[in-house]
Amino acid sequence: MRPGDGQTTYGLQIQPRVGFFTDTSVCIGCKACEVACKEWNLVPEDGLVWTGNSYDNTGELSANSWRHVAFIEQERDDGFRWLMSSDVCKHCTHAGCLDVCPTGAITRTEFGTVVIQDDVCNGCGYCVTACPFGVISRREIGGDGGMHKCTLCYDRLEDGLEPACAKACPTKSIQFGPLDELLARAQGRLDDLHETGVADARLYGANENDGVGGMGSVFLLLDEPEVYGLPPDPVDPTQNLRTIWGAAAAAATLLAAGVAFAFAGAGE
Amino acid sequence: MTSDSALSYYGKPIVKEPVWKSEIPRYFFSGGLAGASATLSAAARAAGNDALARRALYVAATGVTVSPYLLIKDLGRPLRFYNMMRVFKVTSPMSVGTWIVAGEGTSTGIAAACELLDVLPRVRASARAFSGLLGPAMATYTGALVADSVVPAWHEARHELPLLFAGSSAAAAGGIAAALTPVAAARPARRLGLLGAITELVTYRVMEKRLGALVAEPYTKGEGGRYAKAAEAASLAGGALMLLAGRNRAGAIAAGALLAAGSWCTRFAVYHAGKASAADPRYTSIPQRARATERGQPAVTR
Repeated sequence: MRPGDGQTTYGLQIQPRVGFFTDTSVCIGCKACEVACKEWNLVPEDGLVWTGNSYDNTGELSANSWRHVAFIEQERDDGFRWLMSSDVCKHCTHAGCLDVCPTGAITRTEFGTVVIQDDVCNGCGYCVTACPFGVISRREIGGDGGMHKCTLCYDRLEDGLEPACAKACPTKSIQFGPLDELLARAQGRLDDLHETGVADARLYGANENDGVGGMGSVFLLLDEPEVYGLPPDPVDPTQNLRTIWGAAAAAATLLAAGVAFAFAGAGE
Repeated sequence: MTSDSALSYYGKPIVKEPVWKSEIPRYFFSGGLAGASATLSAAARAAGNDALARRALYVAATGVTVSPYLLIKDLGRPLRFYNMMRVFKVTSPMSVGTWIVAGEGTSTGIAAACELLDVLPRVRASARAFSGLLGPAMATYTGALVADSVVPAWHEARHELPLLFAGSSAAAAGGIAAALTPVAAARPARRLGLLGAITELVTYRVMEKRLGALVAEPYTKGEGGRYAKAAEAASLAGGALMLLAGRNRAGAIAAGALLAAGSWCTRFAVYHAGKASAADPRYTSIPQRARATERGQPAVTR
């Protein structure tokens, strides 16, 4: 497994890259992960609303929800089925949020995870527009104004503990560990499911050649990514930065040429 | 899968809507106006046209004064704006832009202050030249900034947005300078305004076409579409009026105001198109799905 962008700068302090494997086939929708995350990380309550979208009253990942359990009720030819999936920050190998952060508040940790330093963030909101998964947002509660997302429990990792959500998950739907091991385990689980006839099973985020260089959070899904609210082909926009700066340089040159042209020819 | 039956999670957005408020499109206007005006001023000085050089410089100075206020006001934590200055990152157009704005603001401010007080001619000359050189960067980096995002209407328009912003900046700078300058000295401003408006109008159309019906939708419908129509009307009228009546002071004032209004509306069209583009999951999922299908299977799944 490749390290996350920038992880190797830790030199001797570098740790094995860690992540999550979320096996949605055994998720029971208990939301223990959401609660554990809120409790451990002091993530504030952001409104108690009834969405009408199955049992999902959390709605989406945001500054105030770092785990989000999706509930999908499907009526199919072979009967009814539940899809439940605990979504989380992907801790991308090429992280758009980290690339565009203009203050350096978003950093890569020695564990290969992506963390926002709250004391540096000035709440500019650029990371919000750069995340292909809609994970980050601004916290407006209590005049906070800063950007927040899953830290993969950086403080717990430093003490050798596993993240709160994985610790609390009663079915091992959320598994934590070195990414290499998780990927092997995910592949094994996928093979088992395929053997037993669950043809819909697929891994999400396990391919290091995808648009974000592979994810630190890998999922086993039972339907298309869009059904869970996940993008089918996410790309870190900074992958196209060369084109973008090229277009800006060309436009700037044309503007300078336009001004020169405006002065060309005789006056009146 | 058709555009109407696209898979989604209760129709909820996949990417987050930008949190930026109307300060940001207003800054796109003020910053673009400042950048193009600074370059116009430096060129006018080089051509010996002091009447135009002075007025364009004051316009630029106004622009660089308003711009930081708008940018800082939009932050979630305005008092920490200075944390932008602790790094320089080429992977972040906003970081690069911070230094462009700082350089442009300082140089234009010094040049304008020297001009106003009529002191330090050599400092004034080098400050003006520096702000003139940095002007085109100031006017176009914002196009790169929004293009480096996952917002489909912005990222897919990455080839066109900087040029659109360059044209929009030139239209505003030329138009306003033409309105403020005696007609005898304002010819380059009129020409720049006209050239900018044409670039703005053509680039918007090209962008719309190249994006395809689905991704371009927020640029033609809803709030974005309304601003786009207003921008087109104002830029067309302003350009025509500048061409036909620009040598008359009243005509130049009306034409300049229209060109500036067109530029303003273009920035708001892009802003609202981006917000609408992020809010509807179809704009994200359908092109991604098509891209993945073309390749065989989604790269993220296996």
